[in-house]
Amino acid sequence: MRDVAVVSFAKAELIGGDNTRNEVEILMPVVHEAIERAGIDKREIGFTCSGSCDYLQGQPFAFVTALDAIGAWPPIEESHVEMDAAWALYEAWVRLQHGDIDSALVYGFGKPSLGSLPDVFVAQLDPYYLQPLWPDAHSLAALQARALAESGVAPDARSATAVSTVPTALQSEGVAPITDGAAAVVLAAGDVAQRLSPRPAWIAGVDHRSEPHHPGMRDLTRSASAELAAERAGAFAGAPIEVAELHAQYAHEEAILRSALRLGAGVRVNPSGGALAANPVMATGLIRIGEAAQRVIDGEATRALAHAASGPCLQQNLVCVLEARA
Amino acid sequence: MVGRFLAGLRDRRVFGARARDGRVIVPPLDADPRTGETLDVLVEVGQFGIVTSWTWVPEPRPNHPLQRPFAFALILLDGADTAILHVLDAPDASSVRTGMRVRIRWRAEREGSIRDIECFEPNPEPARGQYGVQPVDVDSIAPLSQIVTPVRLDYTVNPGRATARFLNAIAQRRIIGQRCPACRKVYVPPRGSCPTCAVASDEEVEVAATGTVTSFCIVRVPYPGQTIRPPYCSASILLDGADIPFLHLVSDIPVDDVRMGLRVEAAWAPDAELGPTVESIRWFRPSGEPDVPFEQIKEHLV
Repeated sequence: MRDVAVVSFAKAELIGGDNTRNEVEILMPVVHEAIERAGIDKREIGFTCSGSCDYLQGQPFAFVTALDAIGAWPPIEESHVEMDAAWALYEAWVRLQHGDIDSALVYGFGKPSLGSLPDVFVAQLDPYYLQPLWPDAHSLAALQARALAESGVAPDARSATAVSTVPTALQSEGVAPITDGAAAVVLAAGDVAQRLSPRPAWIAGVDHRSEPHHPGMRDLTRSASAELAAERAGAFAGAPIEVAELHAQYAHEEAILRSALRLGAGVRVNPSGGALAANPVMATGLIRIGEAAQRVIDGEATRALAHAASGPCLQQNLVCVLEARA
Repeated sequence: MVGRFLAGLRDRRVFGARARDGRVIVPPLDADPRTGETLDVLVEVGQFGIVTSWTWVPEPRPNHPLQRPFAFALILLDGADTAILHVLDAPDASSVRTGMRVRIRWRAEREGSIRDIECFEPNPEPARGQYGVQPVDVDSIAPLSQIVTPVRLDYTVNPGRATARFLNAIAQRRIIGQRCPACRKVYVPPRGSCPTCAVASDEEVEVAATGTVTSFCIVRVPYPGQTIRPPYCSASILLDGADIPFLHLVSDIPVDDVRMGLRVEAAWAPDAELGPTVESIRWFRPSGEPDVPFEQIKEHLV
């Protein structure tokens, strides 16, 4: 495996939404900031990969117009995932393993304030068994919260039950606020990473795993896929994890993830505030990687874990372990 | 398996798929989510079951199946090993609990949809009989081959700063673009940035309501939602003062006479119809000036 590191990170989190700027106007300063912090010439970047979802803003091909923020001329090598940009980072990491390029730009953006986010998430469900019933995201989350509360596993069963019996209360407590925003990360391999950063956040391991789509077909009280991804990313071996950034959009998801990722009392969890503080959908997971990497870059941690989630009730999970090297 | 399950609902029957290890998966999938093996054994399960998790919805959303307070529930049907998600019609949240027994309430008109089950309702009867054991002859159940799942989502569109200024200006019969500080090109309509240079463009430039057709197509095919009767002409129009053509209609000329290089001018909507929309220009019409030679527009075709 080729050594790849996060060398810079930038983000914009606009709580409550930004009702004046379009996605390019939000994204462009963030991309500029990440490139500037990396100290890389834009023309040197070998690959660009983004994550976004057109359903959020209800605008077909929003991911194509977003390229206005990047400047795809002369033509650049570029790709996109219709997922959180944490998965775009995974694609860029794989692309860097090919060995013919040394750097990549990864970005994600979302404007969920334009639609009804709990309903928009219904569009990702299977059209045969789930979508026709319109199980909004809050209701699905509440089913998981109750399953956890009643299993006796939850450290705070009372709050989880409150979530499941009063879905409207989800708006104010234990739920991520509607947030528009964007994030960008510059990745670099080997010598280039060392040239660009005095202390790059090396990706020690990155892996993502998925579970059955249907919430009734898995054990909602645990996250087998997060645990497996963490194991494959090397989180359970080697030096202890000092900081973890979790993509938990609800309070009970954090409880499930702490357990699956085996985060003990000594681990600082979500020093950034996490997804519960700001949730620019499709950038939120990438922000977890960026924040964890920043703790390493800034010298606050030697080994950090970042987690990103996708799908209903934590269906799919990505884990990235970042570390400083002497 | 999905098609057979949906066909079964039409006949008030609930099928599951039996995996090799004996688990009965309801609603059935074409592959075992645990092993990936193809599932091809169909069994019939009960129409009663128990709630394994639930959440009360005090204020239904417009898309929800029930428009009165209800519960979303995961329900383990008799004979099944996985839970089905559906809605539970109960008087109030205090009457719902995990482990309670419920039964299917069928819709009178059924079409082969998960919503052929209108909802579940509380029912204290204990489980009777053996479910999910005897295989059903798969070939005797003709699978549904197609379903329609309409999705409606509403958005409040926000055009962004640059486009908002353009739209406000066009409501006053003015056309505003932006000049890129790096390459000096003028974009109409402006998006707040230059896509080539990837820099913010904030220098505003007013351009003329006259221009040149640089490319065009004649639409002769009707399609759903079409608001103009074909044939009509959709054209790239390079407004005088702009560097990037602008897409609009060309009319007041037989479509077969439209050509590259044709000079046109905006046909504005009457005052009462002006608004923050490109429809404030009804279309562009020939201005009567001589055509522009191809050499002068070849860098601005689309």
